[in-house]
Amino acid sequence: MDPWTYAPAPESASLAEVAPSYRPFVDGAFVDGGGEPLKTVNPATEEVLAEVGTASPQDVDRAVAAARRAYEKTWGPMSGAERAKYLFRIARVLAERSRELAVLETLDNGKPIRESRDVDVPTAAAHLFHHAGWADKLAFAGLGPDPRPLGVVGAVIPWNFPLLMAVWKIAPALATGNTIVLKPAETTPLTALVLAEIAAEAGLPAGVLNVLPGAGDVGSAVAGHSDVDKVAFTGSTDVGKEIGRRLAGTGRRLTLELGGKAANIVYDDAPLDQAVEGVVDGIFFNQGHVCCAGSRLLVQESIAEEFGELLRARIETLRVGDPLDKNTDVGAINSRVQLDRIVDMAAAGDAEGAVRWTSSCPLPERGLFFPPTVFTGVEQSMRVAREEIFGPVLSVLTFRTPTEAVAKANNTPYGLSAGIWTDKGSKALWTAQRVRAGVVWINTFNRFDPTAPFGGYRESGFGREGGRIGLDAYLHV
Amino acid sequence: MTRTVPAPRATAESTGGFAGVGRDEASLRRFLHGLPGVDQVGLERRAATLATRSIKKGSKLRAIDLAISMIDLTTLEGSDTPGKVASLCAQARRPDAEYPDVPPVAAVCLYPDLVRGAVERLAGSGVQVAAVATAFPSGRSSRAVKLADTALAVEGGAGEIDMVIDRGAFLTGRYGKIHDEIVAVRQACGNAHLKVILETGELAGYDDVRRASWLALLAGGDVIKTSTGKISPAATLPVVQVMLQAVRDWHRLTGEYRGVKAAGGIRSTKDAIRHLVAVNEVAGPAWLTADLFRFGASSLLADLLRQRRTQVEGHYAGTEYIGAS
Repeated sequence: MDPWTYAPAPESASLAEVAPSYRPFVDGAFVDGGGEPLKTVNPATEEVLAEVGTASPQDVDRAVAAARRAYEKTWGPMSGAERAKYLFRIARVLAERSRELAVLETLDNGKPIRESRDVDVPTAAAHLFHHAGWADKLAFAGLGPDPRPLGVVGAVIPWNFPLLMAVWKIAPALATGNTIVLKPAETTPLTALVLAEIAAEAGLPAGVLNVLPGAGDVGSAVAGHSDVDKVAFTGSTDVGKEIGRRLAGTGRRLTLELGGKAANIVYDDAPLDQAVEGVVDGIFFNQGHVCCAGSRLLVQESIAEEFGELLRARIETLRVGDPLDKNTDVGAINSRVQLDRIVDMAAAGDAEGAVRWTSSCPLPERGLFFPPTVFTGVEQSMRVAREEIFGPVLSVLTFRTPTEAVAKANNTPYGLSAGIWTDKGSKALWTAQRVRAGVVWINTFNRFDPTAPFGGYRESGFGREGGRIGLDAYLHV
Repeated sequence: MTRTVPAPRATAESTGGFAGVGRDEASLRRFLHGLPGVDQVGLERRAATLATRSIKKGSKLRAIDLAISMIDLTTLEGSDTPGKVASLCAQARRPDAEYPDVPPVAAVCLYPDLVRGAVERLAGSGVQVAAVATAFPSGRSSRAVKLADTALAVEGGAGEIDMVIDRGAFLTGRYGKIHDEIVAVRQACGNAHLKVILETGELAGYDDVRRASWLALLAGGDVIKTSTGKISPAATLPVVQVMLQAVRDWHRLTGEYRGVKAAGGIRSTKDAIRHLVAVNEVAGPAWLTADLFRFGASSLLADLLRQRRTQVEGHYAGTEYIGAS
């Protein structure tokens, strides 16, 4: 008999209700943008999904002015309890339209429907509910007796979690009484625009939320706008540094959530099967397009061979393919540019003498895909150990002692996240105290919860999102 | 392609690189407590993810037939009678009278005194007769009684023996007692296959499930089985996952195939398919055979047949239209 296989189980693309064209959302209405329209592509097929109007510099001015008016006239003076009602309403509608949003996110981004359905959209809804609850309790957040909003927030977000990142900015900004101008990523603008539609449906006053699609120039105009009081940026370290330079000395507030090269440290006394799961999840979740991805595996030398064997066997079971298929584990690479970069970085790994292993899984004939890849024999000096690849490529290094593990984990300019795997609590805490990373997961990885602050330091940025402390970035205290 | 997997036969000597581990209490304890731990959160998260697999159309029909062929159709009641056994055997041979293409189940599972009648009724069908033994379900008796219980079943013609481990001994750390008991029962089995019931619902967590699994494998059990069906929780996806990891690792380290039986609590087709997904992805496709994976169940078959008719006929069939034992 033939082996048992899983028949294709695709979610229907029509659920996304993709419109032929989308427009910027300014001052409570969808308007024609003055910029050159862009075409957003489904990376799994490389077919155009929709045409999207983009913002001109004048549109940025209009959006910031609308946000300013809304801050001064409606949203700023409104009581926290009233603001909360809007946020709860948006959260509920988002949850109600979760299936549509999940499919749309998968079409526009390339991530598997299993993740957009089970992680992106529910986590976005949770973030809104969490912050809605804070809106009337800010005085009790322990930040000060009378925290006040900052004013107008300019937010620029990446393409890896388009809806979730939009919500990570919008929810705290609005809960704390600020208004916002949001620039979604050039390749993934659609869910943020549907979110704007949801906000309008929920009756959010005009100007409180503005969404301006466009490329880097629009992001730059938003981040550099003189009437923006605070900039929240998630994206690459290079762009983050540029924004930092522009805002230096202006008195405008800034939070940056940038790149990472996280270490997943596996000690020899780890729960091995679950560590394998965590390492797989750490690097192959969202095709490795995750700033906090566990892209460096540091495994204790005494178990390196066995762990590698278990890891490869597990990776072989990952199903790469149609992102809309409910059984797909690894979807499409978001853009041709990103795929080229991953290919280049992997070639650099080969050239520098690391040993490449690739899953034998079949890849679709068309679309942008890269197979799960593991480099062993990686040294600290190699590019695959130092540079963020932002793709499904894991670099494996070994260590002998906990001190060496910590030294290797910290031998990076980044400091966003880290994973520690051991059944021994004291060793986990000893390591966590010494690893320089904003987020440390112990015996788990890539867990996101609105109550847990997220963010890095050094070249991974500064400021925290989520949790009580995340409110601080949007308040005068 | 026909996949031929060597039948899971084990002898007391064939313990791969683990010869000597069971020689005394201390080395057993060192070995079992040296196994990697199981992290509950990660284990349950993986089980939840596996449960999201969407099995449709041809894959579902195939899974249903596979599941039917893996069932140990079970009745373990004080009220069992020869008549009840006869009707169970009839259904085991031909689960759905209207669809002769439905495969027979793997075995019927009974108390030892009912074995002889079942063997007669199932002669030539390929359906095995399995008997619970060793003071099932509690295992609370002397070794002599347990061995006599086993002998009764084997003499009746049982091809498979489902023994229980002494959970009291396990919980007090007397691994050697359990090991020796399994070895003794294994000998009393003769040619019959031995399934070792761990009764995971009475053990203290997933680390214990892993240790008990290895203990049974070391002592020569052909199959490790979750539960008696008399204790809840019985078979759960995380528990079965740990046991599948154990037989996978056993194969990785010794080259031998051993099996897993998920018994108790699996009543729906959906549940059964989730287990098959776990078998496929945790142990591997080689375990997708009745030689290496079984469902111990009484009511599961009825739901599988109903879902099978739904797949074939395109609409739901009422239970009253399907003959059940």
